[in-house]
Amino acid sequence: MKIATFILAASALVAGHLSAGEIAPKDVRYDDYGAVETPLTSKAGDSANGAIVMKSKSIGNCIACHALADLNDAPFHGEIGPALDGVGDRWNEAEIRGIVSNAKMTFEGSMMPAYYKVDGFIRPGRGFTGKAADGPLTPLLTAQQIEDVVAFLLTQRE
Amino acid sequence: MKSMKTAAIAVLVFSAGMASAGPDNDVLVINGELTMTTRAAVPEHMADTPLDELLSGWHYRTDETQSLQADDFDNPGMVFVDVAADAWNTVEGTEGKACATCHQDPSTMKGVRAVYPKWNDATEEVRTLAMQINSCRVENMGADPYKYTGGKMANMEALISLQSRGMPVNVAIDGPAQSDWEWGRELYYTRTGQLELSCANCHEDNNGNMIRADHLSQGHINGFPVYRLKNTKLNTVHARFKGCVRDTRAETYKPGSPEFVALELYVASRGNGLSVEGPSVRN
Ligand code: HEC
Ligand code: HEC
Repeated sequence: MKIATFILAASALVAGHLSAGEIAPKDVRYDDYGAVETPLTSKAGDSANGAIVMKSKSIGNCIACHALADLNDAPFHGEIGPALDGVGDRWNEAEIRGIVSNAKMTFEGSMMPAYYKVDGFIRPGRGFTGKAADGPLTPLLTAQQIEDVVAFLLTQRE
Repeated sequence: MKSMKTAAIAVLVFSAGMASAGPDNDVLVINGELTMTTRAAVPEHMADTPLDELLSGWHYRTDETQSLQADDFDNPGMVFVDVAADAWNTVEGTEGKACATCHQDPSTMKGVRAVYPKWNDATEEVRTLAMQINSCRVENMGADPYKYTGGKMANMEALISLQSRGMPVNVAIDGPAQSDWEWGRELYYTRTGQLELSCANCHEDNNGNMIRADHLSQGHINGFPVYRLKNTKLNTVHARFKGCVRDTRAETYKPGSPEFVALELYVASRGNGLSVEGPSVRN
């Protein structure tokens, strides 16, 4: 396995344009604690797809850093962030949406990448090529993928 | 061997469950006679880091990978040392010289690897070992420079590193090198790319933790050049830096660039006290 793949290789799949009813990355409103009240899309999140986003190396690859028993069918869970079992008991929907969109608004200085952010980076590259980005960046996950992940994490209760 | 390696990794992860696997407590003795310093006290200039002990990357590898480095007959990096020993004696370039013309035997290189990168008074710059090798080739031999991260360079670095094997890394960070060292430190803590990750995020704050299937070490370079089972060749320091920066979804610096030279000086100094291990074996 190439280490290039260990976090994620998402944005190639992300469409450049927003679908109707989507909130653009720069328009997301975070409250003082980093929560995002308004869903990023008008379509309800699909929890089954959220699980796929989280465990796929080529999409969210959240398990690079987090363990989660419900995703144990995918091998190798990381130890960088907390285990996400029971996360739906600890955080509400708006809080989880905020963490997945830009965790740094909830946890200052967090190592967790911001999945719905397109600017403010130092030396942004074109995916994992090591070359400079050659145009505006797309977020690591689409609005719908974020909503799917939120829906899935809300099912995680102990 | 590939499949054995995969099996060993799987065992490591599953037997450790979700608890941190952490570095191990094994001792590296090479050829049954040379005991290596793979754990060392934190140098004074790193007192403000969270590290309480320096650990060679060797401690983070599986027993199987570790054992390959303990015997020169098993170490797949050693064949490249032999290739470089031939190059050492081969006349190249317009001046009719080989390395051996000026330096006699490779054993005259004892101690060199341990103190590089090093300030060069004549050119008023910090020089990596690769820069010094190419300076000799171009200026003294009239030969073409080696590609900075190429195989011939890695091989020659392995031959030269081997002469210092077991000696403590002892890179100078003061005097004229200080400003480069400070620049390197700044680069080490800069969070680059769309993933906004710095060297420190992975190697200072999370060494010992798994990131997906990879066991994060402290990211030292005392073992370079490194033979990697993954790509079955010797790998140079700047190629490794490039790979790690690329993985933050950043535009990387170029091998041999002033940025990577400064970063190499800084990262080398973080390993001051650990044994020179090159050519080491990693996965
Ligand atoms: C590079 C590491 C990394 C990646 C990748 C990552 N996270 Fe995190 N995550 C963290 C860390 C570290 C924390 C703990 C917050 C802190 O202190 O910074 C965290 C916290 C969280 C929390 C709060 C958990 C709790 O119990 O308090 C959630 C929810 C979460 N992450 C979800 C995700 C999802 C979903 C993804 C992928 C789309 C993801 N993370 C990818 C590192 C990561
Ligand atoms: C996203 C995580 C991540 C980041 C950021 C990162 N690395 Fe790494 N690095 C790794 C992994 C994974 C490995 C392979 C396992 C190991 O040896 O730690 C590695 C290996 C290394 C090694 C080889 C160590 C050995 O013993 O062979 C060096 C040196 C290194 N990194 C230096 C750096 C430097 C310098 C930076 C910043 C420019 C950096 N890394 C940033 C993940 C990272």
